[in-house]
Amino acid sequence: MVTGLGVVAPNGVGLPAFSNALKKGISGIRFFPQLKTLHFSCQIGGMPQIAEALKKNYFTELQLKNFNSSGILYGVMAGLDAWKHAGLGINKGDVDFDSGTVFGVGTLGVDKFRESIHFIDAGKTRRLGSTTVQQTMSSGVSAYLGGILGLGNIVTSNSSACSTGTEAIIMAYERIKSGKAKRILAGSTSDGGPYVWAGFDALRILPYKYNENPTCASQPMSVNACGFVPGCGAGALVLETLESAQKRDATIYAEIIGTAVNSGGQRNGGSMTAPNAIAVQQCIREALLDAEIQGTAIDAINGHLTATSKDVEEIASWSKALKRKGRGFPFINSLKGMVGHCLSASGSIEAVATVLQLHKQFLFPNINCEKIHPEILKIIDSECIPKQQKNVPLNIIAKASFGFGDVNACIIFKKKN
Amino acid sequence: MTEKEIYDKLETIINTYLPEDVSKNAIQADSDLTKELNINSSHLVDIVLDVEDTFNIALTNEDMEKLHTVKDAIFIIQSKLI
Repeated sequence: MVTGLGVVAPNGVGLPAFSNALKKGISGIRFFPQLKTLHFSCQIGGMPQIAEALKKNYFTELQLKNFNSSGILYGVMAGLDAWKHAGLGINKGDVDFDSGTVFGVGTLGVDKFRESIHFIDAGKTRRLGSTTVQQTMSSGVSAYLGGILGLGNIVTSNSSACSTGTEAIIMAYERIKSGKAKRILAGSTSDGGPYVWAGFDALRILPYKYNENPTCASQPMSVNACGFVPGCGAGALVLETLESAQKRDATIYAEIIGTAVNSGGQRNGGSMTAPNAIAVQQCIREALLDAEIQGTAIDAINGHLTATSKDVEEIASWSKALKRKGRGFPFINSLKGMVGHCLSASGSIEAVATVLQLHKQFLFPNINCEKIHPEILKIIDSECIPKQQKNVPLNIIAKASFGFGDVNACIIFKKKN
Repeated sequence: MTEKEIYDKLETIINTYLPEDVSKNAIQADSDLTKELNINSSHLVDIVLDVEDTFNIALTNEDMEKLHTVKDAIFIIQSKLI
């Protein structure tokens, strides 16, 4: 059961701001002068805007001393927000062995690491201070959350590129289902800024013609889709057993009824950077099988849809896996039009959006998709791609994420009746 | 610099690293930083860095080994300031 949500997104920090931006289709993509100075081709991105004063609601003065890890900042904020949203207090007492966290990352503490490298190369290693390790280790974010909340069950950080967030939720779900935990804070975070985004810029898979016009750059499913806009942030969900949720009289925002993860093995068209379509379809089918539903039961899809030429392939895979096409295809949307591709955080931020849609019974608009890609229209009807907020009854939404390394993850969320 | 001046500056540094449930008033000349003031031992390295910056001195690994109480710190600082 999903009983709490927290989010730190480029277009909204905190659930109320994000929810509002989601419904209205507000973009969080901005121009970054620093990227221009550094001669990036793509000088735009999505980054949550966080006031210094707000940080003090989540961290002590001491924790903020020499603190320079945006991924931990976003993750702790989203994680603690989700915990409070679930009606759970910050545990000041004893360790809670029934609760844990699976909080995924891509790379963590890149800015702190850069700061350290400058000290190290200057022969001043002893000047690093005491917190460099905890701010740069991959599990830093789960370690911070575990300490603040006194978590005594699993405390770990998974990593599977851009499917990390969706995978984290699946790992948490499986552990709860197996009876090994009652409650898990599941989510993911991603650092942002030039040192994270540079590699993608070098790969030339980011849009470079929109530096003057950032909010129009990310165009999933559009004929003009020309690369993904890099983003960052964090999303978090509190998952718990039905028994535990009922005992606390907690609001259940959605339930997870099926999941699947797999890999295309970088075979049959799959590679380090591209998905094996057969594996994508199999992953979706396995999730349906796990949920014990047919493809016809899906009301809507929250896709991975990054705004590259691969969007067409993804739509084709959904169509084949669900055995639905034309007007018979479910509604589909992509959050990346608004926030860009938040990398390791994308799956969890998008899962938060998915659960909000189920709970509030609406579909958020696909922005920057005025002209749908003609190859997509050969597979599905344009009605399936809402361009305005749409209030429709929704019972089941499928969410999938795919990542470098040819890895896939799919979750079937259901409205709790 | 008088011992009082050193003590005051040191007290400000140490205060930053006190756990939430330990008040500044608990800092005494013979307080053991980790055992009595409950400062996380990893923060000793931060205290040393702050001391170096504040007093413009450098502490060696051997100095750190001798550093247990506020008094120890004052003694080390005084020896470096001469």
